[in-house]
Amino acid sequence: MALPSYTETRYRIWHYIYLTICTSVFIYLIAPLFVIFPLSFSADEFLIFSEGMKRLDPDAFSTRWYKDMVWGTKNPWGLAAKNSFIVAIFATIGSVILGTIAALGLSSRHMPYKGIIMAILISPMIVPLIISGVAIFFFMAKVGLAATHTGIIIAHIILGTPFVVITVTATLSGFDHSVTRAAASLGSTQYNTFMKITLPLITPGVVSGALFAFVTSFDEVVVVLFLAGLENTTIPIQMWIGLREQLSPTILAVATCLIIMSTLILVTAELLRRRSERIRGINR
Amino acid sequence: MNTEVKQILTTDGIPLEISLKKAERANKIKAFLLVAPLLLFLLITYIFPIGEMLTRSVDDKMITNMLPKTFKAMKNWDEQELPSEEVFASFLADYRILIEAKTQGKVAQRLNKEKNGFNSILKILIREMKNFEEGNTKKQIIAVHKRFGDVSYWRAIKRTAPPYSIGKYLKAVDMVIDENGDIVKVEEGRRIYTQLWLRTLEVAFFVTLFCFLMGYPIAHLLATIPMKYSNLLMICVLLPFWTSLLVRTASWMILLQQQGLVNDFFVMIGLVADDNRPEMMYNKVGTYVAMSQILLPFMVLPLYSVMKTVSPNLMRAGKSLGGTPFVSFWKIYFPLTTSGIGAGSLLVFILAVGYYITPELVGGASGKLISNSIAYHMKQTLDWSFASAMGLMLLVGVMAIYWIYNKLVGIDNIKLG
Repeated sequence: MALPSYTETRYRIWHYIYLTICTSVFIYLIAPLFVIFPLSFSADEFLIFSEGMKRLDPDAFSTRWYKDMVWGTKNPWGLAAKNSFIVAIFATIGSVILGTIAALGLSSRHMPYKGIIMAILISPMIVPLIISGVAIFFFMAKVGLAATHTGIIIAHIILGTPFVVITVTATLSGFDHSVTRAAASLGSTQYNTFMKITLPLITPGVVSGALFAFVTSFDEVVVVLFLAGLENTTIPIQMWIGLREQLSPTILAVATCLIIMSTLILVTAELLRRRSERIRGINR
Repeated sequence: MNTEVKQILTTDGIPLEISLKKAERANKIKAFLLVAPLLLFLLITYIFPIGEMLTRSVDDKMITNMLPKTFKAMKNWDEQELPSEEVFASFLADYRILIEAKTQGKVAQRLNKEKNGFNSILKILIREMKNFEEGNTKKQIIAVHKRFGDVSYWRAIKRTAPPYSIGKYLKAVDMVIDENGDIVKVEEGRRIYTQLWLRTLEVAFFVTLFCFLMGYPIAHLLATIPMKYSNLLMICVLLPFWTSLLVRTASWMILLQQQGLVNDFFVMIGLVADDNRPEMMYNKVGTYVAMSQILLPFMVLPLYSVMKTVSPNLMRAGKSLGGTPFVSFWKIYFPLTTSGIGAGSLLVFILAVGYYITPELVGGASGKLISNSIAYHMKQTLDWSFASAMGLMLLVGVMAIYWIYNKLVGIDNIKLG
């Protein structure tokens, strides 16, 4: 961002102060994530940068914590990862189906009581998680689903649907309804129109909603803390236990894997967003 | 002249107006049926359970069900003098049943909470009542211990009669119902919850402020620099947004520990002595630093989407009309972005007020918030009605902000990523 040549000195100084502030904020945002990488390769078990690491001594680095994560004795990560994926995948499927169908109804201009219904559908995102946790726990205990996978999956469907509803309604808000009318006038059945016209057009919104639902479920710990028994432990639960009791480098190895995963998800989400904008002709 | 408007008919002979209404109604029902599955699902698994928290929070039925005869007999008692023989007899009968069921401890505990000294005299009563003779129960019970002859103890029993009580809500704001039935504050040393509410508000307010102060400049930068740079910098905002909350908290725990990098840096620039490193975690500082970073994207994204719509020509126009950069910023740019500030601040505040994970891990004792107290009572003390009461109070606050947010921004305008 170059300044015009006629800028006065004091504004020039102010401009550099502004850039410095911005840079520091960006560092504050992103730097903490990069502390985890090097420490997860540390040879020591203390979570500080040893003298050897500061000198970049190869002996100070090792992959032992990654080995411990995968093959370590009595380690909970295998079971936790399996549970996390099972729960997240089913919760995502549930949220996407319920959320997309609801979003189709909500975007219709005939929808009665739109405001209040939208507020109810979005509420799991706004209500503090601790309250959701307490309420869902009471429900699950009553119907006998506490400490089961089914219970956790249902809880995560509750938490995931608002994201799907929001992303799909956003996609549908730019939707040109004359294309479905055109299809109808050409003799297409409603089902056929939905599958061949509507669905391909809203796919980006559905997929990015699915990504949100997946991440929400995969990262959720508050509600699971209320619901999970020993058998249902998930990655966030294990991290939570680890962070509360003893911060071991194995947790950092897991954290590194999670950061890599979130980077992949971020890239996918960004690509989808741009594709969706291109299809809907926004910004063009 | 024919003044009657001729009705327009559709091909099958039905008036168009009726036909259209019918079609619209069908559309309405169709739209509603699409929403119905999710709405029903949420109502059953989520909204009703939250409602159930309400009944749980005011529930005080336990003792009502345990001393049914006593309360029935007490109905007409004027609370001025000692109750009649009938009340004493029914109390003894109720108490006998409880002892047989071995649940008398719960009543003793609850009554002792209402009036100190109940527990011990009820224990003595168990021992002595075996020797009771038929008739004249009042005299015999009072003979067990002189406190049974004190009318205030009987008033305490009567106070526990209603099946509902707002006691838990009062407890959440450090108040109790005293012996005369008045609502008073608890003693100075035992007031913890008011302080906790205030601290929650304080932390949420300052986190929102910090997020605004840091978010505004970078959102402005992102919105004004060329696309190819802003896309790259946007990753710095979005990557933390997508990264696991626990991972981000873990990285702050590493950075803020006494031998951590932040302290290393302070020692290096000579701000603190190496042997006198400050504790930055397990207190409020840790909560502030970590929560501001974690919630910052929620401030930047709404601000960015608003700033993106402000045309750069406006600032140029301001300058060409003789405004200094500061004046044109303050008079033109800033007012145009207030909707973004409102949206971002409300979002961050809502999220901060109910935060649980980060304060629990890095907050220590002085950085804990109301959510942590709710979790504590759910898991440790198992006082679920108290946890429900606090949860609902928090919920009412959040809903009020949500309502403002909805009025101001519109809930369907929430931007994600």
